[in-house]
Amino acid sequence: MKSNRPFLLLVVMFAVVACSCSGDAPDSGIVLQRGLPSDPESLDQHKARSTQAADVLRDIGEGLVAYSATGELVPAAAERWEAADDGLTYTFHLRPEARWSNGEPVTAPQFVFGMRRLVAPETAAFYANLLDAVVNAPEIVSGKQPPESLGVEAQDELTLVVRLARATPYILRLFSHPSTFPLHPASVAEHGDSFARPGNLLSNGAFVLDAWVPGSIIALRRNEHYWNNEKTALDGVNHHVVVQGAAELNRYRAGELHITSTVPPDNFAEVEAQFGSELRIAPYLGIYYYGFNLTKPPFKDNPAVRQALSMAIDRDTLAKKVVGRGEVPAYSWVPPGVNNYEPTVFSFASLTQEERNKVARRLYKEAGYSEEKPLRFELRYNTSDRHTKIAVAIQSMWSEVLGAEATLINEEFQVLLANMRDAEVTQVFRSSWIGDYDDAHTFLSVLRAGSASNMPRYANDDFESLMQRAAERADLDRRKLYLEEAERVMLADHPVIPLYFFVSKHLVRPEVRGWGDNVLDYHYSQHLSLSAAD
Amino acid sequence: MLRYTLLRVLGAIPTLLLVIALAFLMVHAAPGGPFDDERALPADVAANIERAYHLDEALPKQFVRYLSGLVRGDLGPSYRYRDYTVSELIGTSFPLSMRLGALAMALAITVGVGAGTFAALKQGSYLDRWVMAFSMTGISIPVFVFAPVLVLLFAVKLQWLPAGWTGTAGASRLVLPVITLALPQIAYIARLTRASMIDVLGRDFIRTARAQGLSTLTVVRLHAFKPAMLPVLSYMGPAIAAILTGSVVVEEIFGIPGLGQFFVRGALNRDYTLVLGIVVFYATLIIFLNLIVDVLYGAIDPRVRHR
Repeated sequence: MKSNRPFLLLVVMFAVVACSCSGDAPDSGIVLQRGLPSDPESLDQHKARSTQAADVLRDIGEGLVAYSATGELVPAAAERWEAADDGLTYTFHLRPEARWSNGEPVTAPQFVFGMRRLVAPETAAFYANLLDAVVNAPEIVSGKQPPESLGVEAQDELTLVVRLARATPYILRLFSHPSTFPLHPASVAEHGDSFARPGNLLSNGAFVLDAWVPGSIIALRRNEHYWNNEKTALDGVNHHVVVQGAAELNRYRAGELHITSTVPPDNFAEVEAQFGSELRIAPYLGIYYYGFNLTKPPFKDNPAVRQALSMAIDRDTLAKKVVGRGEVPAYSWVPPGVNNYEPTVFSFASLTQEERNKVARRLYKEAGYSEEKPLRFELRYNTSDRHTKIAVAIQSMWSEVLGAEATLINEEFQVLLANMRDAEVTQVFRSSWIGDYDDAHTFLSVLRAGSASNMPRYANDDFESLMQRAAERADLDRRKLYLEEAERVMLADHPVIPLYFFVSKHLVRPEVRGWGDNVLDYHYSQHLSLSAAD
Repeated sequence: MLRYTLLRVLGAIPTLLLVIALAFLMVHAAPGGPFDDERALPADVAANIERAYHLDEALPKQFVRYLSGLVRGDLGPSYRYRDYTVSELIGTSFPLSMRLGALAMALAITVGVGAGTFAALKQGSYLDRWVMAFSMTGISIPVFVFAPVLVLLFAVKLQWLPAGWTGTAGASRLVLPVITLALPQIAYIARLTRASMIDVLGRDFIRTARAQGLSTLTVVRLHAFKPAMLPVLSYMGPAIAAILTGSVVVEEIFGIPGLGQFFVRGALNRDYTLVLGIVVFYATLIIFLNLIVDVLYGAIDPRVRHR
């Protein structure tokens, strides 16, 4: 009948739309399902920036060196290397059996091509300054020299020579970073800006990029030409982009993920009770801290009051009760577990909290503050439940112990970053730092006068000269002593309030084998396997 | 009718331009930029990046550059998803959002109108009260509350449906998101239909039809349905807007790579081109949809047509 037609149309449309959804192709072989907190910015290793991009890139590519599952540096694309006595020249001998996913050999000129592209200004790479120690690198980045002048050269197809402008003992670790991976020149020339798309991207690592749906999933499959392919147990890896920690937890519970990228803070105790040994917590190279704006009052030229505020915080309670996911209270700037380093701790680390409070009160009074004239300042942090919880706890600690009045201001992340950068309105702000490589330098260099990440604007001549002397030292033991002394000098100045060190937290199904806890939180998929008891 | 439509379309262009200009200004006025991070970039590196993305140019010049690209159909590269252009991102994510939205709308209309009509016919009875209570709940409880509850129940505990979007193929992964998206709309439409239907059923011409001996169902189908649908049709505009905005939350919870998700990410990441591109897209879409609704209105209500 006539009036039935619109209704029928609706039903037909409904049916068509519902059934037109095509599913993903079924996975073949043994495939690992991992969670990823956000999309990589790019799979062009020079346009990528975040740790999650690096995680995926480490599955697809391979550098001169890599890390084992337990966090030791091991040969990768290079089978061996020598360093000259002065520490200024490194010679890498590449593995002759290394291959790209199209079967072609991996050669030294391809490493040279990649590194030149990293420092070339047109590339606008985010980690362009990673190789600053290499001859001419800073000059190339600032446009004063051409990329061909970079101090890396291919002596022959399998020998790469790197010349440094200054001794840098941790330089080897930098060659595990994806921005130093080789590039296939013909591929880049042929595809231009889309060389990193699925179907175009050549891989010299254990896996090849099969598909990438932004916001959804990155599918990798085995690279048959990889030199170590027979040791790779997985036929494929799917990195699922799941932004919400709670959603990721649900998917893990529903059996859809083997590994999560994190554990949400909210029901942590429940998760701990429910999952037991599937919960993997390990120290991580990162620090959560509050910084002072040292360019403006009241914290400019006022180390006593900074120290008072730092001492009045009960870090043990903070780490255990307020944050409560296994984080370690921080009494130093450099986290424990860093290669060749003993972190210096605050002089007050050995006191009890009551003793610290007493000293803090004394310093507070000496600085001229009292109950009638309390210290008033603003504490800024970026919007998040966790940061709010911590800020409220610390605000009350300051109020109880000292009578200081902190006003809490939460801002959107980008707004906070802009404010920290301008250093006009900030007084105390929340920030964090994740190490780029396993060496104390990546933490201490943040507070050097020239560093763009030196949010407190700390400038101390002793600290600078100690850091400079450490940089010039090739002798690892002397260098260690200079760095430790630099940390001691810096801590005594209290430009920052270290609060706690991060831990990496993952849920890992029992059938996943080969997972190693390490301080860098690198978990190469090629080390992992799924046992048959699935 | 044709003249009316054409005039509407022409009038939309200055609106669109205004929207783009406002969006451009707002996006650039927000503190921070696409490349800010706690790991701040050294000055040289930052300068290279700004140059490559034309962020070192004066704002008016950047705007003109954007407009000239727009005219050629080029929405620019995404600043955050650097391997993809904005057109590509919209192209892959919008069909998904649209499918979700269309299914949710269809479900909402079918169930909402059905429930509302049913309640209207059984006015005053317990069934009527139950339907209305359910619809009140659907309106009151926010999406981000009951969606995780649904996931917990159906995906984690019962394992009937998948918890996430990726990793399972087929229609089953659509079920939870569509239901979640549709529920508030089912509630609204049910209430709207019920009220409208009760009003229409009380009119004289319905009484006449009844007096002529037609059954209730026939009366509803032939005479009451169309006039009762008018308020529901008017609601379609806001309903579509609600589905579009609601889809952001649903996409977030279920990890669906739809347009809403990219919009939010773009704003948080200060991904200027992505945000502007989606604004342009949404604006065009909404203008177009409003036009369709107007035309439909004319098709259903003869009084509008012959005015």
